[in-house]
Amino acid sequence: MTVTLDLSNRADSKSGRIDQPILRERGQREVFCGLTGIVWLHRKMQDAFFLIVGSRTCAHLMQSAAGVMIFAEPRFATAVIEERDLAGLADANDELDKTVKKLLARRPDIKLLFLVGSCPSEVIKLDLSRAAARLSKSYSPDVRILNYSGSGIETTFTQGEDACLASMVPELPADSSSAPSLMIVGALADVVEDQFQRLFEQLGVGPVRFFPARGSDKMPAIGPNTKFLLAQPFLAETGRLLEERGAQHIAAPFPLGVEGTTAWLKAAAEVWDVNPNTFDAVTEMPRARAEKSLERYREALSGKSIFFFPDSQLEIPLARFLARELGVKPTEVGTPYLHKQHLKEELALLPQDITLSEGQDVDLQLDRCRAERPDITVCGLGLANPLEAEGLATKWAIELVFTPIQGYEQAGDLAELFARPLRRRTRLAV
Amino acid sequence: MQLTVWTYEGPPHVGAMRVATAMKNLHYVLHAPQGDTYADLLFTMIERRNARPPVTYTTFEARDLGSDTAEIFKRAARDSYERFSPDAMIVGASCTAELIQDDPGGLAKALALPVPVIPLELPSYQRKENWGASETFYQLTRTLVKRDAPKRSGETGRPTCNILGPTALGFRHRDDVKEISTLLTAMGVDINVIAPLNATPTDITRLGAADFNVVLYPEIADTAARWLKRELKQPFTTTVPIGVGATHDFIAEVCTLTGIDQTSFQVDGGNFPWWSRSIDSNYLTGKRVFIFGDATHAIAAARVAAEEFAFDVVGLGCYNREFARDLRAAAEKYGVEPLITDDYLEVEEKIAEAQPELVLGTQMERHIAKRLNLPCAVISAPVHVQDFPARYAPQMGFEGANVLFDTWVHPLVMGLEEHLLGMFRDDFEFNDEAGASHLSGHGAAAPETAKATAEPETGASNIIQWAPEAEKELKKIPFFVRGKARRNTEAFAAEQKLELISVDTLYDAKAHYGR
Repeated sequence: MTVTLDLSNRADSKSGRIDQPILRERGQREVFCGLTGIVWLHRKMQDAFFLIVGSRTCAHLMQSAAGVMIFAEPRFATAVIEERDLAGLADANDELDKTVKKLLARRPDIKLLFLVGSCPSEVIKLDLSRAAARLSKSYSPDVRILNYSGSGIETTFTQGEDACLASMVPELPADSSSAPSLMIVGALADVVEDQFQRLFEQLGVGPVRFFPARGSDKMPAIGPNTKFLLAQPFLAETGRLLEERGAQHIAAPFPLGVEGTTAWLKAAAEVWDVNPNTFDAVTEMPRARAEKSLERYREALSGKSIFFFPDSQLEIPLARFLARELGVKPTEVGTPYLHKQHLKEELALLPQDITLSEGQDVDLQLDRCRAERPDITVCGLGLANPLEAEGLATKWAIELVFTPIQGYEQAGDLAELFARPLRRRTRLAV
Repeated sequence: MQLTVWTYEGPPHVGAMRVATAMKNLHYVLHAPQGDTYADLLFTMIERRNARPPVTYTTFEARDLGSDTAEIFKRAARDSYERFSPDAMIVGASCTAELIQDDPGGLAKALALPVPVIPLELPSYQRKENWGASETFYQLTRTLVKRDAPKRSGETGRPTCNILGPTALGFRHRDDVKEISTLLTAMGVDINVIAPLNATPTDITRLGAADFNVVLYPEIADTAARWLKRELKQPFTTTVPIGVGATHDFIAEVCTLTGIDQTSFQVDGGNFPWWSRSIDSNYLTGKRVFIFGDATHAIAAARVAAEEFAFDVVGLGCYNREFARDLRAAAEKYGVEPLITDDYLEVEEKIAEAQPELVLGTQMERHIAKRLNLPCAVISAPVHVQDFPARYAPQMGFEGANVLFDTWVHPLVMGLEEHLLGMFRDDFEFNDEAGASHLSGHGAAAPETAKATAEPETGASNIIQWAPEAEKELKKIPFFVRGKARRNTEAFAAEQKLELISVDTLYDAKAHYGR
C-alpha cells in the first residue's frame, strides 16, 4: 500500500549494491510469524521446551506449518487462552502457573522452558517476563525459565529465532579468560556444525563454541575476548546483545556457496592471524569438492532469472550465491527485513541491476512477479501452487530454512534445490 | 488456559475461510496480524488448490495498535474490493483483532461498498473451525437468500433440492457431491443449488427455489438448514448417506419428502454387499475397531463397521462438542463409553487401552496408530494432503460404500495370511523383526519395550513377573495380537492373584478370554 524509495544510503556508501534504492512496501504479508522458529529450535536444543501462550490459531499454525506430527509429544505446546482468561474470571497468571506445573510434571526431562509470547498475549499485555521470573523462583535450579515473543505483530518467521537467542544472551555464563574464543551464532544443522568445527580446528582457530548449543547446560560462555561470527543473517537483536556483553562481531558474508563459505572462514582466520598458506591448504580440498559439485548445475541454472518473495531474510545471501557462482539473474530480491549492518558485505557483492525490496504488499508484488515471469520464483507455501498453476516454476522458501545448506559440503545441495524445479519441468510430459 | 499439543480444529475464522474459499465471487477481508496468512497453505498445499484463497489479511503490526488499525482495515477492504470486484464480501476478525475491537462490520458498512457486506462475529476464544464454517454459511444464507423465489418444481414438475454443506478442505466433499448429485438425478430429483462449494453469492439468493434441502454435512449446514426450514418452510434430510444401509435410508427419506415412488427408478447398489458376504470376508468378523472423528463421520462409520463389516466397535468418539449428544446416543447403541474430547493425548491413551485391531480416525489417529503399530484408515477431517486423492473416491452413496470396503480392509492382515502367520510364527520374512508389511516402511518393528511404554501401566504389571518360558511362548503369538495377549494374561494373573506367569497361565488366560 505504501511505497517509499529509500535513497538515504547513497551518500554514505562507496561500493556495491548499497548504492541502490530499496523498494519498501507495507500491506498484506504472506509470511509466517516468529512462532514458526520453534519448529527447528525445539529439535536443536534437546532439553528445551517451548510453551506458546496464545490462541487456537497459534496451535493450528504450528501443526499446519510444521508437518512434524511424527512426534507424539513434541517439545512444544500451546497454552490456549480461553474466554474466561480474558473475562478476568481466571487470573491469567494463575492459569499459566497451573499449566506450567502440569507440563513440567509430565516432562521431567525439560531443563529449559521458554514462555513464548504471541499476538493475543501481547495485546492483552500478559507480562511473560514477570511470569518467567516468578516461575524461575519455583523451579530453579532444575528448570530455567525464559521468555521471548514470537508474535506476528512483532516478528517475521526467522526473527523468532533471533528473539529466542536474544533471550538467552543475558543468561550465558561469563568468560573471563584472556585468550580469544570464537562463537558461531545461529542454529545450524548438526552435520554442518561438525564440519565447521573440523575446519576451524585445522585452521587453529578456537576454541569454537556454537550458540545455541545442543543442550541447555552447554551454552557458550561470553566475555570481552569472545569474537562471534553470524551463521544466519536474521540475528539483529542477538548480535546487538552479544556486543553489549563485550563480544566482538566479525563482519563477513554468510557461509552459503563456495565464495561465501571461504569469506566467512577467512574473516575468522584473519582475526586469529592464520597464515594465508595454511588457510589455503586447509580449505583447498573441500573448496575444490564444492566447486566440482556446483559445476554440474551451472548449465541448468546459468542465465535463468529468479524472483524472491520475502520469507526468511536468507534471500540476499542466496541471491548473491546464485548470481556469482551459478550465473543466475536475480530480478527482484525481497526480504522481510533488511539489517544493513549485518548484510553490508553481502550487499557489496550483490549485482547492481536488481530490485531490492523490503516488507511486502503481496498483491502488488504478485503483479510484478507476473510481469517479470521469472524462470524460478522463491516463495512461501501459500503462493507456490497458485503460481505453478500460472506456469511459473517455484521453490518453497521454507525448504531453504529446513535443509542444511551452509558450508562447502552443502553447496551442491543448495544448487540442487533451485535446479530441481527446472529439471522436473523439462522431464514431465503430462 | 488449555494445554494443547495438537488440535483437531482450527480457529473459527479458518472455518469462514473454508466457506469463502469454496465459493466463487465472494471475498473475505480478515482483520489479522502477520502470520495468520499461514491458513492459505491449508488450501494451496493440503488441498492442492490452484488459486489463492479469496482472503485479504490486514496485517497490522504492534506499532499500529492504538493508532490506526481501523484505518488499515478500511484500506484493505476498499483495495480488495477494487482489485477483486466480488459480488459480496464477508468481513471479520481473527483472534488477535477480536481483542482490539475495531468492529470490522461497522467499518466496512461505513465504506458503503456497492455489494452486500456481511459481518461475521466469530468468537475465537470460545468456538472452533466447524462452528465458524457453520456460522458463516448461516449468515450468508440469511443475508442473501430471497424469500419470494418461486419454486422451480412449479415450472418443471420435478422435485428440486439444494445440497448443503460441502466446503473447501472438507473430507472428500468434492466426490461426495458428485456421487449424491448423480443419485438424486437418477431418482428424478433436480438440483437447484449446491452450496457453499462452487456457489456464487447469487446462487445463495436462489436457495428458496428448491422444495427441500439435502444436508450432507450437518457440522456445516445444520444451522442454515434449520433456518431455511423455519423461514422458508423447506424441510431437510437428516440421514447422512455413508454406507449401504444409510444410503438406502437416505433414498427412502428423499422419497418421503418428495412423494417419489421408490419403484419408479433404479440405482446400482454397488459391490459392497456381495464383497462383505463373500467367503473371503469371513475373517473380518468381530475385528475390534476403534472409531474417532467428527461426529457425523464417526457415527456413520460405527454403523457401517457394526452392520456391514460385522466388526466389533470397541471405541467411539468425536472431537466436536456441538454434536456430542448424537455421539453419546450412538455409543450407547454399541455399548461403548463415548469419548468426547479434543485432547489428542487422551484419544491416544484410549486407543492404547482398547487394543483395537483397526483404527478408523482422522489424520491424528493415523499418527497414533503408526506409533502403536496398528492398522488405520482415515474417515474424517482433519485432513492431510493424502486425503485429496487424484482418483474419484467418495465416502457417500453406493460408490462411497465400495470405497469404504477397500480402504478399511486394505490395512488389515488378510484372511488366509492371518492363519499362515499363526502357524509359522518364525517365518524369517514375516515376524517381529521384519516389521509389519501393511504399515509404512517395512523396517523393524518398534522394540517391545517402546511399545510397552505406550501402553498404560496397569498396576498389576509392576508386581507380576513373566517366567522366561512364558515370555518365550508369548513371542510365538503373532505380533499384531501380542499386546492384547500380554494384557489379558496379566489381567488374568492379577485376578487369580498370581505373582508369576507360567506357560500354563498364558493358556489359561487364552481359554478364559477366548473368542
